[in-house]
Amino acid sequence: MNKTWLIIQREYTSRVRNKRFLILTFLTPLLIVGLVAASAYFSVTGVEYRKIAVIDPNGFIRTSLKNTNQISFSFPANVDTTNYIQKGYTDILILPQFEKGTKSDYVLRSKKSMGLMLQESISSRINSAIEDQMLQDAGIQQNMLDSIHKASQVAELKAYEDKGSSSKESNAGLAMGIGYASGLLIYMTMFIYGAMVMRGVMEEKTNRIAEVIISSVKPFELMMGKIIGIGAVGLTQFLLWIVLIISLTSVALGFLPSDIQHQVSSLQQSNGQMAGGMMQASESAKRIYDFQHTISTANWPLIIFCFIFYFIGGYLFYAALFAAVGSTVNEDPQDAQSLMFPITMPLIFSYIITNMVTQNPNTPIAFWASMIPFSSPMVMMARVAYGVPSAVSYWELALSMLCLIAGFIFTTWLSGRIYRTGILLYGKKVTWKIMFKWAFKKV
Amino acid sequence: MVKFPTLPYLKMRNVKMGLYLNYKFLTMDALLSLQNLKKYYATQKAVDDISFDIERGSIFGLLGPNGAGKTTLLRMITGIFYPDSGHILLEGAAFNPMLDIEKIGYMPEERGMYKKMKIGEQALYLAQLKGMSKAEATEKIKYWFKKFEMESWWNKKVEDLSKGMSQKLQFVITVLHEPKLIILDEPFSGLDPLNANLIKDEIYALAKKGSTIIFSTHRMEQVEEICDHIVLVNLGRKILDGSVAGIKQQFKENNFSIEIKVGSSVSSNSIFTVISEAASKYLIKINEGYTVNNVLQHIIEQKIELIGFNEVLPSLNEIFIKLVEGTHAGARAFQKI
Repeated sequence: MNKTWLIIQREYTSRVRNKRFLILTFLTPLLIVGLVAASAYFSVTGVEYRKIAVIDPNGFIRTSLKNTNQISFSFPANVDTTNYIQKGYTDILILPQFEKGTKSDYVLRSKKSMGLMLQESISSRINSAIEDQMLQDAGIQQNMLDSIHKASQVAELKAYEDKGSSSKESNAGLAMGIGYASGLLIYMTMFIYGAMVMRGVMEEKTNRIAEVIISSVKPFELMMGKIIGIGAVGLTQFLLWIVLIISLTSVALGFLPSDIQHQVSSLQQSNGQMAGGMMQASESAKRIYDFQHTISTANWPLIIFCFIFYFIGGYLFYAALFAAVGSTVNEDPQDAQSLMFPITMPLIFSYIITNMVTQNPNTPIAFWASMIPFSSPMVMMARVAYGVPSAVSYWELALSMLCLIAGFIFTTWLSGRIYRTGILLYGKKVTWKIMFKWAFKKV
Repeated sequence: MVKFPTLPYLKMRNVKMGLYLNYKFLTMDALLSLQNLKKYYATQKAVDDISFDIERGSIFGLLGPNGAGKTTLLRMITGIFYPDSGHILLEGAAFNPMLDIEKIGYMPEERGMYKKMKIGEQALYLAQLKGMSKAEATEKIKYWFKKFEMESWWNKKVEDLSKGMSQKLQFVITVLHEPKLIILDEPFSGLDPLNANLIKDEIYALAKKGSTIIFSTHRMEQVEEICDHIVLVNLGRKILDGSVAGIKQQFKENNFSIEIKVGSSVSSNSIFTVISEAASKYLIKINEGYTVNNVLQHIIEQKIELIGFNEVLPSLNEIFIKLVEGTHAGARAFQKI
């Protein structure tokens, strides 16, 4: 055990002190926060400006096409498809005379094709203007229409999950997000750190230090030392990322204008209600509050516990297999590719299943995939995000964890036996068939 | 003195008691004793019933062509492989890989290091894996680095070293923890004569201090120079076991070199056969039924003036080739599973 500890220390320190590790660890959160901040910034400022000439023989559309910071609408008289570019417009929108009962399309011609989001926002405005016109034609007053619109926007869908006597606000979008993000993180971890274990084993084998070390420690100790050491590197990296992302986010929020910050905090105190006499909260303050509120509805302690468990369990399960492959590869790293295939296939399948499960956590395939250790680390995380015990019952979670523990004990045992033979064997091309023969032969 | 077999021995099946009674049990001060070791791979018998003893403080040569089973044998001695059957006794007790691994220093033929690791740290790491404390290991490393004039290497990386330099480092790492048994597989390959002598002197010094050294090679001239005792294995079996001098006596072919005064000559006759001649030096083989005295008498009778007369013993190289040639030993190499 003492020697395994020495090996763990070496594997850990030699990687953590590596420049590449430091760069990757500190740049990734900067990159993530930077990307989020940049996309938020651009969504506010807009990336392109469009000046649209509208030809509207109906007259009632004009009021609903309001200028935004991205689009300006104008209704010039003598512009047509031949000259709108010369006159300084980027697009021309030609509306037909709308008549009840006949379907007639409107046309947008552009200098540069318009983005899908913009097109949809224009068409929804026109369609709702037509709808409003029809309602007015049916005898509903304009002021009544306005008040109906305003009133209807107050309501939104709030889903609650029932837990016996109490009910708790649930949010499918958040569950999907958490499930997807943690599934993806675990998937990446398996690949990145699994491959790191494999390369480490290959390095020891090809530069022939394996034999020197194996005359001091048992092959199994060497393999476990490597797997645990690299796993610790992975955990360190994740913890640093979480700490850095949280602190960078709070730093970024500190750059918000002070009145918005003030509004957010008063929204927090009043539990989302506009307090009487309080200045109307701005749109951005409301959004930030909504985001923070949504995040707070998730059961974080459980999610973090499950994430760490499935991260470690899944890593141990796959890293052992990667180590076995690494031990059988000779000088040529190309050999590793074909041997890795049976390991990467279940990983990729699990990822695909995870994508399905994030939308629907309770199908039979979701259940079975969250029990089988090959896929459970990713799939169960996607399901747990929907809540325990509402989406996943306690016995399912416990059974899945037990299966994973049994799974990694089995792969570690299996790989230990393959590794012991493979690490000292040179000049022979190994197949999975031969590896299984090694695994089950007598000592 | 005959030591009785320990209990597990008697329990073992397939044991022919006669074999044991014939076997010389630890009558000398054996550090290591191999008894009927067998290791069979799927396609071949890598080690097929090999037994021998290695005396404490001796330099022991383990010889054999490529693929003879030397590496498998060494890996069993170092606890990397378990024998299929047979026993290994270290200092008279059953070899326990878990505990005894620290008594052994093994320098494999294919030497490896972590290329990116600093030399000092690497030596420290490997010494600690052999069970030394950090302080003890640091002290020893400094001692050996000073001895081999490697002090300035501490912060260098292995990838910056030449092959000879890393070989010296490897030797230091092997002997650092003062093992009772030092196993060196081709320790001189790639070393210049100066460094080879340095290592050779260290080997003698270590043996003198009581370490036992197993020296595996197929460079016969080195064996002749260094080893006290040799075992030759081929095709997984022991084919020769004895002291270097004894084996040479065993394989001598009654060959003598004679030098006579320039101008005179000898030729084959009933007493001896001339094998070769160069100037006035002859290599002769004494025919069966005759002795050196018959030859001398013959030369005196012929009134030939004799200048030199020496027995020519076969070199280990010749014995090796004679024993191994034609056994298709080479074909076995690289077929292991």
